[in-house]
Amino acid sequence: MTSVTVKDNGVTPFRRFVSDFAERKLAVVGFFVFIGLVFAAVFAPWITPQNPYDLTQIDFMDGRLAPGSVGETLTYWLGTDDQGRDLLSGIFYGLRTSLSVGAISTVIALFLGGSLGLIGAYFGGKVDTIIMRIADLQLSFPAILIALILVSALGQGIDKIIISLVAVQWAYYARTIRSTALVERRKEYMEAATCLAIDHKRIVFKHLMPNCTPPLIVVGTVQVAHAISLEATLSFLGIGVPITEPSLGLLIKNGFDYMLSGDYWVSFFPGIALLITIVSINLVGDRLRDVLNPRLQK
Amino acid sequence: MLAFTIRRLSQSAVVLFVMSIIVFAGVFAIGNPVDILINPEADIAEQEETMRRLGLDKPIWVQYGAFMSNALQGDLGNSFVHNVPALEIIVARLPATLELAFLAVGFAIILGVPLGMIAGLKEDSWIGKAIMTGSILGFSLPTFWVGLIFIMLFSVSLGWLPASGRGDTVDVLGIPVSFLTWDGISHLFLPALNLALFKISLVIRLARSGTKEVLLQDYIKFARAKGLSNYRIIGVHVLKNILIPVITVLGLELGNVIAFAVVTETVFAWPGIGKLLIDSIANLDRPVVVAYLLMTVTMFILINFVVDILYSILDPRVRLGGSN
Repeated sequence: MTSVTVKDNGVTPFRRFVSDFAERKLAVVGFFVFIGLVFAAVFAPWITPQNPYDLTQIDFMDGRLAPGSVGETLTYWLGTDDQGRDLLSGIFYGLRTSLSVGAISTVIALFLGGSLGLIGAYFGGKVDTIIMRIADLQLSFPAILIALILVSALGQGIDKIIISLVAVQWAYYARTIRSTALVERRKEYMEAATCLAIDHKRIVFKHLMPNCTPPLIVVGTVQVAHAISLEATLSFLGIGVPITEPSLGLLIKNGFDYMLSGDYWVSFFPGIALLITIVSINLVGDRLRDVLNPRLQK
Repeated sequence: MLAFTIRRLSQSAVVLFVMSIIVFAGVFAIGNPVDILINPEADIAEQEETMRRLGLDKPIWVQYGAFMSNALQGDLGNSFVHNVPALEIIVARLPATLELAFLAVGFAIILGVPLGMIAGLKEDSWIGKAIMTGSILGFSLPTFWVGLIFIMLFSVSLGWLPASGRGDTVDVLGIPVSFLTWDGISHLFLPALNLALFKISLVIRLARSGTKEVLLQDYIKFARAKGLSNYRIIGVHVLKNILIPVITVLGLELGNVIAFAVVTETVFAWPGIGKLLIDSIANLDRPVVVAYLLMTVTMFILINFVVDILYSILDPRVRLGGSN
């Protein structure tokens, strides 16, 4: 299905994957926008005009200046917030928090959910029933409710948010990988591996897992966007990340109070940044789903 | 059937029990409400007296035991902040949330069904594609973000609709409602639309795939052969047949709408139970948080239970087979 099929003309599967992906121009745009965002987030301390959390660099008198205002040391292209922080710098730093929380929670959830789903599918029986019962149970509640329960239970902090997001997401991965693994398990190569009496660990992780990953990657990409969106929502509600490490959601919340008095930019620009992040990830995820879907493959 | 019902009921009870422990133990750990409620100037004796009065000095399992035995009698403790029963506050705020939720579901049907049918009928035209792109946006944009844009556009820039609160209410059978006054409707419109967006997207998808399926059926061909007008075929024969799954799904999603109302209510300062929850978390008002979460969890467990029982009546395979 995937990695072993090399075409006669010497095109590697990866090349083919890239050219398939690039057929949809919008997805390519989404991909490069996303790379740009990651770049901005990673290098924020070096490329932003100001460190918005260094009190020596901000001037309280510059509070809530309109976009394009010229301050003493720099021009505030996107304006400033109530504390006089440059919003552009604030957004880059906010992206750092948003993207890392989204990515870390997705990776942990992917490994946790993926392993549990694989184990369930491979061993079947009681283990499978218990894992899937818990997953089904959790999926019967909306993600926001589970997150609210956990956040009010665990309290605030980046680590607590990540735990909540993992708890909300793992069941999707467990479900996804299990359904693929159940099909794969009946194939001949699995039978061969079992006949060779290789130990379970090797069969599961070396033989079964690589063949179950494509759908997991697709779900994972879309879930990063969900995780970022959910984190932003929780932070907007004031029960997400702490004010010392503001994400885009918290920046939006901080500006919300000034919106009604007409100072739209404090909320609006972080909101645009959040929108661009989510849409670009979804564009990539959508295309990945089409490219990696075996049923649509030529 | 009886055995299935009993098994399913005991499952629900176990889930409710586990959830109550998680909620209670978790909320207990948030912080010490004493710090917030007691005047920091008060002396030790006074602080201890308050802790005793609120039952905060006892070990956590004793508190849980007392809490559960009271909860089963409908007493979920008094709010630390308002000093009235937590359940009473929630019940007083519930009509506002239900009003919002029902209107949101109404919007989802009124807007989602026609849009989805258009998308199904004119799949390849620009309008069909535009509707589907819109529904993707409706799925992926965070609710609170869209709410902010609504406020920015319709309240701040255009000044058409108010941005917060509930407006004038009228008492119907002793319950205040907003939808009977013009002021109330103007306050209700934006939050309800905001809450509905996700469901509108969902209904568009359901209605679109339903329309595409129904159009291929023999009875549509027959209706065309009979010479019925296009309007009649689409407005009666197609519409009636796609409404069944739409209404089933929306019924199931009602609980979901109530849970998501937390976000919309916070954005629009709508005085419902969602806003109450967020305020209570901020104030460390433990009994209200516990009461809200338990009530919502119970509601979900009940909805799931009823749905499972209904399915098992409609489809006997569900109760005979196991999980798979």
